[in-house]
Amino acid sequence: MRFVDEFRDPDLGRVVAGEILASVEPGRHYKVMEVCGGHTHSIYKYGVDDLLPANVELVHGPGCPVCVIPMGRVDDGIALAHEPGVIFTCFGDMMRVPGSRGSLLEAKAAGADVRMVYSPLDALRIAKANPDREVVFYAIGFETTAPSTALTLMRAKAEGVPNFSVMCNHVTIVPPLRALLESPDLRLDGFIGPGHVCTVVGARPLRFIPAQYGKPVVVAGFEPLDILQAIHMILVQLAEGRCEVENQYTRVVPVNGNRRALEVMAEVFELRPHFEWRGLGFISQSGLKLSPAYAELDAELRFGVPGVRVADPKACQCGEVLKGVIKPWECKVFGTACTPERPIGTCMVSSEGACAAYYNFGRFAREREVV
Amino acid sequence: MAPRVTSSGRPSLRGREDEISSREQRILGIIETARAKRPRFRDERITMAHGAGGKATQTLIEGLLVPALGSGEGTLEAMADAGTVTIEGLGLALTTDSFVVRPIRFPGGSIGELAVNGTVNDLAVAGARPVALTLSLILEEGLDADVLRGEVEAIARAADEAGVEVVAGDTKVVERGHADDMYICTAGLGRLDGRASLSPARLEPGDRILLSGPVGDHGMAIMLARGEFELDAPIVSDTRPLWPPVDALLETAGPAVRCVRDATRGGVASVLNELARASQVAMVVREDAVPIDPAVAGAAELLGIDPLYVANEGKLVAAVAPDRAEAALAALRAVPGCEDAADIGEVRTEPPGMVLMQTAFGGRRVMDRLVGDPLPRIC
Repeated sequence: MRFVDEFRDPDLGRVVAGEILASVEPGRHYKVMEVCGGHTHSIYKYGVDDLLPANVELVHGPGCPVCVIPMGRVDDGIALAHEPGVIFTCFGDMMRVPGSRGSLLEAKAAGADVRMVYSPLDALRIAKANPDREVVFYAIGFETTAPSTALTLMRAKAEGVPNFSVMCNHVTIVPPLRALLESPDLRLDGFIGPGHVCTVVGARPLRFIPAQYGKPVVVAGFEPLDILQAIHMILVQLAEGRCEVENQYTRVVPVNGNRRALEVMAEVFELRPHFEWRGLGFISQSGLKLSPAYAELDAELRFGVPGVRVADPKACQCGEVLKGVIKPWECKVFGTACTPERPIGTCMVSSEGACAAYYNFGRFAREREVV
Repeated sequence: MAPRVTSSGRPSLRGREDEISSREQRILGIIETARAKRPRFRDERITMAHGAGGKATQTLIEGLLVPALGSGEGTLEAMADAGTVTIEGLGLALTTDSFVVRPIRFPGGSIGELAVNGTVNDLAVAGARPVALTLSLILEEGLDADVLRGEVEAIARAADEAGVEVVAGDTKVVERGHADDMYICTAGLGRLDGRASLSPARLEPGDRILLSGPVGDHGMAIMLARGEFELDAPIVSDTRPLWPPVDALLETAGPAVRCVRDATRGGVASVLNELARASQVAMVVREDAVPIDPAVAGAAELLGIDPLYVANEGKLVAAVAPDRAEAALAALRAVPGCEDAADIGEVRTEPPGMVLMQTAFGGRRVMDRLVGDPLPRIC
């Protein structure tokens, strides 16, 4: 595939891996967090960390949009899906995320009309095609997906589609990062910045990380070479004693973001005072809801949802795992109360979450070739 | 050698054994014990995941069907594509299958052709020459007679090509809305070939893994034919009978062919996982050796789906002893439709029960079993 394979070139990968090796200080251990779930996926898919020296460790961050949805919000979605006459639409990977009593996939088996869509516009199309049904879109994601939800809502309002509404679970990336950074026991040396979020918001909003917390950030793309280059850029910053936001993903991320996307978000959404994150608890001003101008399209207002909070068990230590303070197996509920079949925390929900990967492949030993 | 795992959850041998705490080992032991147990079927309802060929399907089979119906031979036999019976010295393979596909016609084939090929392929990969089929048609009220006529003709053509006779059948009609146009259920009978001694138990470290052609064509053709993605690509189903390539393998390599599987739902990755689990060996696959049509690769990339988990309807995976692997591959490639057959990897000892992928980029990853259908990712 042209314009894709170039960023997956193994020869160039080895070159960058060599440069990474040359820029690490022997004896020093580096922990770098990739914030975004998309990066985690690429690292897993291409085996990127096999090309890293043993003392450079990647820590998966809080940026997997389906994993962070708390059980109570899943339960609310399922309750909506069971409302008479409702067609409930959501992204594919949301369907397996467990609530306190099962997932949307199971709700579908129990009779709810749950449909997978690739875009909120598909949900709007379903609404227009089924005027006698109520169509709800379960919106999730960071600033990456929020603009497309916003545009869909604007279109629904302009066209007057009365049977369409959105249950908004959009979240923003800065508050959870700040929450992580505020922690006194944080053991991270730098961050691979979320490329897709920054496509919308720009690289500027991440400047607080070097400015206030003294950690380098490199906004990166999602191909394996992007990620390797970003790691190299972080290591160079550390070696040179620099600390700033750099943009590796210049082919996509403008420094100031996408003005039009920010405008539509500002029109359609407003900040919730606080929002709950699976495994991380409540974080203030971290979630979005529909603004008063769009209240009539708000599924939570149209139907009323139970809104019962399902507490993560106290023993869940996803926060510490994310901060790199403990290993997955050191968590009190790991492998006992919390398993991939019945996950409690965010790190166990996605197969690429730190805990799920460890649970599945923990005993898998492999010889590591010296890079 | 003991493994050590980073907090990122990616396992690797990064350090010294003395760093590994006994508590970590104890927890890993608990997990392993739990995983080794026969899965229990505890779901409240059947979900679509139970039909996808992944972990949920296996839980249904191993947790409910085998305990109730198994002959005591265990899961090995239950997970094979066909069962075998010997009658007065004559070895026979028997299989059954059902076909539910929407739409019933798709680029490269239709449900009728699929029903014949799917059934004879289950026999072929068990090392049996297909002989006869039975056919049950479940028809939806309102089905266009010309559509039915077309499918019956497709069945006749496919049976002719596969060299089998349809010897018995049944028809039922259900009310509108109770079937997607039509479903087909089959049984297949085949005669075990004397050259074949196929079983996952015969896998040995060092065996080569052969694949008879590009992956993902059928599943991707169906996904696009449903028209849900507004994607257009020249992708056609690979539905075809597999006895000719199995025959070629057995003729060339005989008992050196250890085991053959039909990589249908769940794709090549799921079949390799089944074999690895059944025989407690490891499979190591080289990503850059796996043949894939560029259009399939492109569509899979756009949809966020791994083509190795996408269904095929005319692709076999064979484990062949290393000294006969090259000849077997050449024989495969000489069979029409298998020109792109490839040696995609090898059987190893460690880690038992797992499938590893050497990525084209130069890393490694575990190719895990799917839980249910591959779901596209939002991020």
